[in-house]
Amino acid sequence: MERDDIIEYSLDAHHSDEAGKLIRKKIWKVTAILTLITIAEVLVGVFFTRFELGGDSWAWFGIKMFYIILTIIKAAYIVLVFMHLGDERKGFKWVILGPYVLFALYLLWICVTESNYLNSTLIQWYLPGF
Amino acid sequence: MAGEATKQIDKAILWGGGRSPFSSSYGKMMMWFFLVSDALTFSGLLIAYGYIRHAYIGTWPAGESVFHAFPGMGDTHVPLLYVALMTFILIVSSVTMVLAVEAGHRMDKKKVVFWLFLTVIGGFVFLGSQVWEWSHFIHGSTHGKELADGSIIHGANMIINEYGPPQYANFFFFITGFHGFHVFSGVIINLVVLIMVVKGVMHRRGHYEMVEKAGLYWHFVDLVWVFVFTFFYLV
Repeated sequence: MERDDIIEYSLDAHHSDEAGKLIRKKIWKVTAILTLITIAEVLVGVFFTRFELGGDSWAWFGIKMFYIILTIIKAAYIVLVFMHLGDERKGFKWVILGPYVLFALYLLWICVTESNYLNSTLIQWYLPGF
Repeated sequence: MAGEATKQIDKAILWGGGRSPFSSSYGKMMMWFFLVSDALTFSGLLIAYGYIRHAYIGTWPAGESVFHAFPGMGDTHVPLLYVALMTFILIVSSVTMVLAVEAGHRMDKKKVVFWLFLTVIGGFVFLGSQVWEWSHFIHGSTHGKELADGSIIHGANMIINEYGPPQYANFFFFITGFHGFHVFSGVIINLVVLIMVVKGVMHRRGHYEMVEKAGLYWHFVDLVWVFVFTFFYLV
């Protein structure tokens, strides 16, 4: 089994100039990736709009999924590289991400389910055309 | 034994119990715990937004049809460009922050000051952009929207707006406002840390961990904006 307990105390996390060069290289690489993703998102947002594709179409569903996947990739880069969670212990990663993901996914699920109900009953019956 | 550092840790920086869980410092771990709770708050807001939006499906406005103006260009149509620029500004200020943290690990005080200063500038630029966007959102377009009684509404307030259901403007104000306030407090924290670095407090302490902790908060603010950008403006 891979040992993940041999990590120095975080206050001693000093590194040399050579190590710094590599880290900076990685930072600029991630910057480029984040910028490219943002540009891609905006271009798609400009050329494939909800009104053109239709809110119920599969094409729009695909675009939405495209956005969500790119957003999660962006978030992963920020959390793992910029916030250095990728350099922390495996256990610590779970302590931070586990509870959060659990709560967020549950909330998301219950809200999507309930808003479907709200839409099909209240809004369409009592507030048509609103 | 798992969960302990490999070498003797100075008593002065050890946790109160004489151990250091996950060989992380107390302050850094508590910052992470705070960020998790704050992330849950933002998730609550964004999911509530999704809930209302999904319930009003069909009448909810699309981001590119509301946010298509650019400062100094009048009533132009450049959808999402300004928001994309704001996103880029915040990402860049996140990069300068991580470079400040990296310089701190090399005990390079000059570089820390340089990058941290740029981070603060980036934060102020973002806040200024948000002020412009709020102002534009509140004042609205020149044509506005005609209501049932024949009167014309321009822009938005808490009760009615020209873009869509009233909740649309309410969520805009609340989510971007709450995020903007986070950015504002982040800038203040960065400014305080910058002054401490300039005065040499961190150097005497022997480590720049305070820069790292302020950095965690700052990256988190950027992280939230990535989600706000997707779910409020793009989708």
